[in-house]
Amino acid sequence: MASSKKSVARWLSVTATAAMLAGSLVACGSSDKPVETPDAGDVESALDEKSSLLVWGWDPAIEPVAAAFEAKYPNVDVEVVNVGTNADHYTKVQNAITAGKGAPDLAQMEYQAIPQFALSDGLADLTELGAKDLESKYTPAAWNNVLVNDGIYGLPWGTGPMALFYNSAVFEKHGVEVPTTWAEYTQAAKDLKAADPAVRITNDSGDAGFSTSMIWQAGGQPFKIDGEKVEINLQDEGSVKWATAWNELVQDELVAPISSWSDEWYQGLGNGTIASLTIGAWMAGNLESGVPDGAGDWRVAPMPVWEAGDTGTSENGGGAFSMLKGSENKIVAQQFLEFMTASTEGQTITLETVGGIPSTVAELANDEWLNREWEYFGGQKVNQVLADSANNVITGWQYLPFQVYANSVFADSVGQSYENRTDINEGLKAWQSTVAEFGTQQGFDVTSK
Amino acid sequence: MSLTKDTETVVGAGFRKSKKSWSGWMFMAPFIVVFALVLLAPILYAVYLSLFETRMIGGSQFVGFDNFLRAFKDAQFWDGVLRILKFFAMQVPIMLGLALAAALAIDSSRLKGKNFFRIGIFVPYAVPAVVATLMWGFMFGDRFGLIGNLNEFFNINIPSLLSANLILLAIANIQIWTFTGYNMLIFYSSLRTIPEELYEAAELDGANQWWIIRSIKLPALRGAMVITTVFSIIGSFQLFNEPNVLKGIVPNSITSYFTPNMYAYNLAFSGQQHNYSATIALIMGVLTMVIAYSVQHFGTRKDER
Repeated sequence: MASSKKSVARWLSVTATAAMLAGSLVACGSSDKPVETPDAGDVESALDEKSSLLVWGWDPAIEPVAAAFEAKYPNVDVEVVNVGTNADHYTKVQNAITAGKGAPDLAQMEYQAIPQFALSDGLADLTELGAKDLESKYTPAAWNNVLVNDGIYGLPWGTGPMALFYNSAVFEKHGVEVPTTWAEYTQAAKDLKAADPAVRITNDSGDAGFSTSMIWQAGGQPFKIDGEKVEINLQDEGSVKWATAWNELVQDELVAPISSWSDEWYQGLGNGTIASLTIGAWMAGNLESGVPDGAGDWRVAPMPVWEAGDTGTSENGGGAFSMLKGSENKIVAQQFLEFMTASTEGQTITLETVGGIPSTVAELANDEWLNREWEYFGGQKVNQVLADSANNVITGWQYLPFQVYANSVFADSVGQSYENRTDINEGLKAWQSTVAEFGTQQGFDVTSK
Repeated sequence: MSLTKDTETVVGAGFRKSKKSWSGWMFMAPFIVVFALVLLAPILYAVYLSLFETRMIGGSQFVGFDNFLRAFKDAQFWDGVLRILKFFAMQVPIMLGLALAAALAIDSSRLKGKNFFRIGIFVPYAVPAVVATLMWGFMFGDRFGLIGNLNEFFNINIPSLLSANLILLAIANIQIWTFTGYNMLIFYSSLRTIPEELYEAAELDGANQWWIIRSIKLPALRGAMVITTVFSIIGSFQLFNEPNVLKGIVPNSITSYFTPNMYAYNLAFSGQQHNYSATIALIMGVLTMVIAYSVQHFGTRKDER
């Protein structure tokens, strides 16, 4: 008896040691590997060798871009895997980083997600790989999105300046003018609902990305980040302006409480019961592929403004591709990044596949792109409206360095205001306190106003 | 655990001073290796994780039991625990009651086509939780589902079971649908072990069906009752799939800390708080063990009396 008990104890201690070792190994896995800036010769020989890249992302344009890159460099094998959209994708990227293996070389990364992954040491700083020289290729707004504490944590791939996508057939049928200001928008919402009780001007069940974009356009700047200092005020002028206006739309049931990207949502967009979307420019391609029933009916107008004569817009979504710190093939990965985001070839494939707004100066000013008549939108020159919005984005907006987490708990607070049709401002305050507490706990110097 | 104990006793009794005492361990080795790798190692690793705190700014440091103290004061965590207890109190009696009634009915030999019923009740158990949740989720909605259609057709106003205050009922419904057949099978197989002589004796004594149920069948089911209750406790405490899938349909009805499991998951994978998440998981593990053990202890002691 005694001897067997002892061996059980030994087993336990062996396993314990193994577990501790495993723990410390994981900790080591993410340590720095200094990279020297490669010269042209290094790049050329790296591309000539047999190598493979793993790319994670959900954008349909990645596959054709990867195929073009493989055709150009036959020795490089690029594998593209869609592991999920948005939150699902980030969860898997986070898991892979924590596990210390299985992570891709490159991952799609919305601008709002970059700081969280960069600060938690998951992404490679591309400065060492010569990314600094590429700055002039991208629009300043796009470039600004990939910088975190002077490091470059991705290359911008597309931006999401907002516009009003609307179903012109529905508006015409009910004789409702397309709104240009938010006051007109509320009125149009009432008119549409009065004309047909099944129709709503839009859907909104409480979406963090949409709310922050709307606050941004209203002139709010609820998050101010300076290094480790984070100032949060979700009751600043712009935030209150948006929340107060939106209260009426939610409380009077003028917007459909349907979550974006759900089956119901696509259904509503197709059958005309959701009459418009104020959303990022990338929605053009998504409408075309996801809502075939609406072909010919949809149009694009500038995003409504707060005062007639205003021009300021904001961004919604849009993103970059980042390199994971653990990538063992950094030189080739960097070449693919540049091909995908900065080269005319890569950007052309992307724009043809999903539409949207390029992040590069050259493509944004390209007449052929600007004057393209989009069949789905009844021949409208959609890109001109979207490009105008891109030029009018209000500068100075910042996302939290832990926006992915903040957005994941948005439904706990602001979502409850939507659910119970209570004051959205109260929801914003509750969100602020959760987020501020998280920031403090994560070691940031948080001021919550 | 009990397996290990038995082997120890055998080894100890039979080969106390013999060198061959290792042969028993060799037979046990595959089990012990797997047990250590998939159960002990992760638990120990979780204990290790729970003693540290990793911050985005400042890295990882040893904090002792701070994470446990934080959990005991964490309103969101206890909100989830309370919700699970409420869920358990609501769902388990109904589910086990239905399972019991079904088992007795099938066993009564008065039911025609009992094989069909037995399989019919058991079939939902074979449906994956995610599929079952989506299926029910689409029926519950008042705008798009069955309830919505009923409302529209009869011009009535059944509230959506997916609204924040009713969603627990919706989840209970899904779990009852899924697990009644499984529990029925456990009850039914224990009913089959009752010797025929008891029934014959009862009949000779002039007992009717109700007396047979009360005096023979129900006492014989006590062991199965304890087992199914313990399984249900563990099941309730692990509640994750159903709310997590429903959150995709109705994000505002289900908070990120709806159940402790969801809380731990979101802490780890959205909030990058792996250390605190491990702490929550450990506390839930201990809590489940304590409650399940006391039910078993209480139940079997009554059985022995």
